[in-house]
This record gives sequence, C-alpha cells and structure tokens, in this order.
Amino acid sequence: MIARKTQANDGDLFAALPEADEAAQRRLHARLVAAATEAGILDVAYRTIDTPVGTLLLAATEKGLVRVAYAREDYAMVLDQLANSVSPRVLRAPARLDMAAMEMEEYFAGRRSLFDLQLDFQLSHGFRRTVLSHLTEIGYGKTASYAAVAAAVGNPKAVRAVGTACATNPLPVVVPCHRVVRSDGTVGQYVGGTDAKKALLTLEAAA
Amino acid sequence: MRQQPFEAIVARHGPTVLRVCRAILGPTGADDAWSETFLSAMQAYPNLRPDSNVEAWLVTIAHRKAIDQLRAESRRAVPTDDLPEKPSKDGMPGSWEPDLWAALNALPLKQRETVAYHYLAGLPYADVAEILGGSPDAARRAAADGIAALRKTYLEGEARR
Repeated sequence: MIARKTQANDGDLFAALPEADEAAQRRLHARLVAAATEAGILDVAYRTIDTPVGTLLLAATEKGLVRVAYAREDYAMVLDQLANSVSPRVLRAPARLDMAAMEMEEYFAGRRSLFDLQLDFQLSHGFRRTVLSHLTEIGYGKTASYAAVAAAVGNPKAVRAVGTACATNPLPVVVPCHRVVRSDGTVGQYVGGTDAKKALLTLEAAA
Repeated sequence: MRQQPFEAIVARHGPTVLRVCRAILGPTGADDAWSETFLSAMQAYPNLRPDSNVEAWLVTIAHRKAIDQLRAESRRAVPTDDLPEKPSKDGMPGSWEPDLWAALNALPLKQRETVAYHYLAGLPYADVAEILGGSPDAARRAAADGIAALRKTYLEGEARR
C-alpha cells in the first residue's frame, strides 16, 4: 500500500507514459497469437460471431471445434470452464475459427445443411457423448423425439438422460440437439433458449 | 483455486508490463520484450501456482527478457566517433518520448529498474529486491535516487522549455 501512496505523489512524473495504449495492445496481442500458434501452445482459440439467434462464441483446440456457446450461457463462465477443463492457454484468436465462422454464416443464410468441420468432443463423456454422436444422424430439417433418440442409442428408458445430454451439448447448432423435440410435438428445452430452438427449426424447415 | 483464461491475464496485466518494458528499454525495444515476456508466460502458465502474484511473476519474466535484450544490444554496439543526435523536441503531442525516455535512459540501469518495478508495476520493495537481488533497503534507495534524478532532469528540464 506504501507503493500506491508514493505512486500517486510521483504519478506526474510518468503521466506522459500512457497507462493504456490500445493501439499497442492490439498490435502486441496479434503478435502473441501468431507466436503462440507457431510455438504450438495456443491450446484454445476463440472468437464471437453475430447470428440471427444472437452472438455465439466459438472455441477450438488444435483438434477441432470444442465449444459453441450462446450469450445466455455467460461467456466469462464458458471461457473459465474451458481454461479449467481443457487448458488455461486460451486466447481470443479468430483465425483458427475462420472456417467454422464461414460455415455458420452459410448455415444461417440457409445455404448449408451439413457442417464439415473437425470436432473435438473432449468436453463430453460417456453416455452423453454417445447421444451427441448419434444426433448428427438426424438430418437437416428433420426432428426426432427424446424417446426415439433414447431408443436409437439402445437405451429406450434413458429419455431423461437424453434430455440432459442435449442440455449439456458443448457444440450446439453444429451438433443438432435442436432437432430433438418432445413426443407431444412441442419443441422442448434448449441450451440457447426455446426461441432460438424455434428459430433454427423454422430456418431448416424453410430451406 | 481456478485458473483464469490467459486472455484475461493479457488484458489485465498487458498494459502495465508494456509500461515497464518501455521504461526500461525505450520505445523500440519494448515491443520485443513484451512479446517474449507473454510468450514465455503463456508457455509456463499451466504450471503457475493459482495463488501466485501474477503481476510480480510477469515483471520477473519481463526483467529477464529486458536484461537479455540489453546484453544483446551491447554485444551489437559498435564504437563510433559520431555522437548520437540530440533527442528531438518536437515529438507527438502527449507522447512520452523523447523527453521522458531520454531522462529514464540517462539513469543507471538499477535505478531505472527499481523505479519501473516499484512506481509503474506497483511492486513493494521486498518484491523488487527479490527480482533484482540485494536488500529491500537498497532497492528503496535506488528508487529514491532515480526519482530525484528524474525530477531534476525531466520535470525541471521540461519547466524550462
């Protein structure tokens, strides 16, 4: 605390040295991303994109896309989760996500019915992962009930567990948990909110 | 304790480390030292104890990178009969060079380091001494001498203009 006091007294000495030089920080950040990529230590790269269902956060490891998150999931928490379950070497680095961003844009424009991306499923384990790997078999514009998915993965009683697998899908939109709906025809819950789920189903039905 | 994403470390401490690098190395060397500091830090980050003082850790790395750079510069330096040009007085408005950098650069390295680590990074003298070697009292004296010299050369020099 002594430091702070003297700092204030002598602050005028260093007033010319900017406390925040945003242009320099941007330049240095880009340089760090390039150097970290080259050194193979950029374990998690992320960026955000604007879509008709709101801003989405995309994150990728060197293996592939590892996380898609809706704003309602709270990006600070999502990044914190990535730091602690994948690696703390996390940087905002859009280049690794160029392809994913482009395919998302095409999907939301109704020009893409299938994502052609490397996926990293490391945030999902066991039965949930089995469910997610099955979801890609539900084609664009189609839906399946939670019960049908449970039956398809060989565990017809696990309807609730299928619901949990969908709710905790780390790769929504790309792994189409939005195509899993309730047996009574209503859309059911969704990690991005019911409105987002309806929007995706409407988009796919129209195309 | 959970570890923060490295992006948050860069956002939070990047500006301070840049000020420290600029104060020690001047405008041209600072970018390189900052970049090497954060690349090394990112490399080691997963093994950093979560209760560590991140700012002191980063300043310690920056200190080593700055020393490396100053050594490399002195190896490259070629003796010359031509004196360097006097720093220009018509720098950018609000810019910190040439005046402040000229005054900092005129300080002995130890004073420049103690001033930067204590006054710019806000580290207590115990931490400054840990980074530089020597006692906290010696660090305090070096910083006081540095500040006194800066007041004389920079502030009073500026007032004369």
